[in-house]
Amino acid sequence: MHSTDAIIEARRQAEVCNACRYCEGYCAVFPALERRRAFTNSDIAYLANLCHNCKGCYYACQYAPPHAFAVNFPKVLAEVRHETYAAYAWPRAFAGVFERNGVIVSLAAAIIVTVVLVGVGWLQDPDVIFGIHTQPGAFYAVIPWSVMGGLSAVVFLYSMLALVMGFVNFWRDTGGRASELADITPLAQTASDVLSLRHLGGGGHGCNDRDESFSTLRRWLHHATFYGFMICFASTGTAWFYDTFLNWMAPYPITSLPVVLGCVGGIGLIIGTAGLFWLKLVSDQEPTSRRLLGADVALLMLLGTISFSGFLLLGLRATPAMGTLLALHVGLVLAFFVVIPYSKFVHGVYRAAALLRNRLELRNSTAPQRVLPAKPADKGETAEIFSASAK
Amino acid sequence: MLDFSRTYDVLVVGGGNAAMCAAIMARAKGASVLVLEHAGQSFRGGNSRHTRNLRVMHEEPTSQLVGSYLEEEFWEDLKRVTNGHTDEHLARVTIRGTTSAVSWMSQCGVRFQPSLTGTLSLSRTNLFFLGGGRALVNAYYATAQRMGIDILYDSEVEALEIDHDVVRSATITWRGFPATVKAKTFVAASGGFQANIDWLRQYWGDAADNFSIRGTPYAQGKILRNLLDQGVASAGDPTQCHAVAVDARAPKFDGGIVTRLDSIPFSIVVNRDAERFYDEGEDFWPRRYAIWGWLIAKQPGQIAYSIFDSKSAELFMPSVFPVIEAPTISDLAAKLGLDASRLNATIDNYNSAVQKADFNPQILDHCATQGITPPKTHWARKIDTPPYRAYPLRPGITFTYLGVKVTDRAQVLMNSGRTAKNLFASGEIMAGNILGRGYMAGFGMSIGTVFGRIAGEEAAAHALN
Repeated sequence: MHSTDAIIEARRQAEVCNACRYCEGYCAVFPALERRRAFTNSDIAYLANLCHNCKGCYYACQYAPPHAFAVNFPKVLAEVRHETYAAYAWPRAFAGVFERNGVIVSLAAAIIVTVVLVGVGWLQDPDVIFGIHTQPGAFYAVIPWSVMGGLSAVVFLYSMLALVMGFVNFWRDTGGRASELADITPLAQTASDVLSLRHLGGGGHGCNDRDESFSTLRRWLHHATFYGFMICFASTGTAWFYDTFLNWMAPYPITSLPVVLGCVGGIGLIIGTAGLFWLKLVSDQEPTSRRLLGADVALLMLLGTISFSGFLLLGLRATPAMGTLLALHVGLVLAFFVVIPYSKFVHGVYRAAALLRNRLELRNSTAPQRVLPAKPADKGETAEIFSASAK
Repeated sequence: MLDFSRTYDVLVVGGGNAAMCAAIMARAKGASVLVLEHAGQSFRGGNSRHTRNLRVMHEEPTSQLVGSYLEEEFWEDLKRVTNGHTDEHLARVTIRGTTSAVSWMSQCGVRFQPSLTGTLSLSRTNLFFLGGGRALVNAYYATAQRMGIDILYDSEVEALEIDHDVVRSATITWRGFPATVKAKTFVAASGGFQANIDWLRQYWGDAADNFSIRGTPYAQGKILRNLLDQGVASAGDPTQCHAVAVDARAPKFDGGIVTRLDSIPFSIVVNRDAERFYDEGEDFWPRRYAIWGWLIAKQPGQIAYSIFDSKSAELFMPSVFPVIEAPTISDLAAKLGLDASRLNATIDNYNSAVQKADFNPQILDHCATQGITPPKTHWARKIDTPPYRAYPLRPGITFTYLGVKVTDRAQVLMNSGRTAKNLFASGEIMAGNILGRGYMAGFGMSIGTVFGRIAGEEAAAHALN
């Protein structure tokens, strides 16, 4: 990771934190910080991705602006975090897409949806597009399975490869070795950290989602988004399984597993993304970086729109609107697949990687990293402290 | 918008821990309460925003505290650190009061955490606030707002008019405009005077100009002065304040915890003339750090330099300011603005006095010098491994001891021996009754919390009677 203004500023603030340490009960970032005396660029990149942006430290900080030290750790780490997305992007040539990510993701989505809509309109017979299809394989009458599945699979596999390469870049940069990935315990602990959002709890009583007050709303909304997404993914997987192995083609009945999963996941995604978007609008702007809002909103909107279009398609699949809605839904999903490695979505990869690094560090830190100043074993600071008499 | 014609039941002067404890207690008893905080919202909370724990008595282990810490041990500790400059009755009221304070604090939204890394010695006696003092202050303000307590920021109380032992009104400056506020009872919780350099100069002369004030710049002691001038009895030694060695590059005010330096026992400390002046290895650092503020205050220019070599570089907590580093002692002297030949002579002299022994930072290792004055009696190693490093040091003032005299019901006492009828005090402004000297980690917050609660309760009872 190269030096940037944000990294230099984050390092300055981390040094204040390391001399203060009042926040070590909030999350994993501060204990990780305390395991170091100096901070390389890669250390800062790691800490930035370990931060879940709960903002507890900002409101507790005696050095927050307008104090001269101007410590605003959540904000500067968010800025560094965003820079790491570019720094670790694969291939390197695409790093620039994180520069104005909100615009680029939105434009990419708009273009891809348009291309799919225009393509279907151009290549497909209007009678087919606007016809009513309810038979097995009805969707493939509008967009052939080979096109829909083939295109999605190619794009998806590419995006997964790009994510893996991003992870590799992060891992190497933060001093990781491949052999570290072989140990099952830290991996399992990391999975638990990710699935529970353990560090999005502000040390147990909630985060500063909106302002000084504490809540667990953001954690729950993220859970709704994350699990909603995973359930939708499971829905797609089930449908693929039915189609490939049972030769049972979509559309599936309302009570079938793919539809039920899709509905549950879709509701989760809509609630989660809408809620997270709302939180971004109403929350205190001081500990956030306004210029990063676009990237967040673009991904949230895309995921929400996919879910919404999915419900529209489900509701109107027996009407002449099905063809158009299918093209819209497929276009949005395809757009999402395309932007996966070049959008805010990557935060999940680097967050998980940072959590894994944290678990490995915890396991390896058997001895204290520094020798503490000697302490009397008995009375601690109470013992014989007195101020010399004046003059 | 505040209605200045209204008469509140309780007016609280100040906005730190003691003030908010009083305000919340008074409101819980049904009183209408106004809090006047000199600082703006960002810097509210006085010195409480820089604190991190309070000392509590407990009979058995709790979720965050190990072992037990009983009244007698607590009292003995206090007696020792104050050298007897305390009031046993008030002290015991405070000590006992801490037991019930903790659950009340939790109800007010204050959260706790295990003792911080590097403070293991406090894990039995001191309860740490999750996120530190500012998080605690935030919790109290949120509770106060929820309860309907009126809070005015940027409001400095200039004077409390005492007439026949009764406070009639408060003269304030609110957002730069003068105003008068009436209340049935008053709680003075406006802290000490450590940020008032002119006042410090009375005792310390021009040396006070070189002090760094570790906490809030709002602790001007205005109400303390005002009350003492109106015949209120005083407690605590006016000439004393708690001072530690801080990095000389610390801001004039509000540097807080990060400016303190723990390098001294593993270094030698020289003054402006490159001379050593005190045994750096006299005892464990937690037992000695509180004397170094004064030691440096008595040096010319109130400046000193902690000098060590690369062997000792990682033996203490990192400082917030960069270490000053040079390949030779002469280069280091140039960077520090010291006379190079003198510094070389001091270090040569020290090095030749160092005896061979087993250095061990964890114990009193008796690695001592021989034949130099002052000696270094522990952790003395040759300074011979470049790069050489240094931190500049100044006295950092934590708090002053002078306060108003109070009863065990937090009533303010007049010089006549009578109590002021409707004036109560809590926190740093009366801590000198109990902590007349010395220092005990987290005890200021114990006094503020316990007497804040008493003052609030008594003030409400008086007002509603």
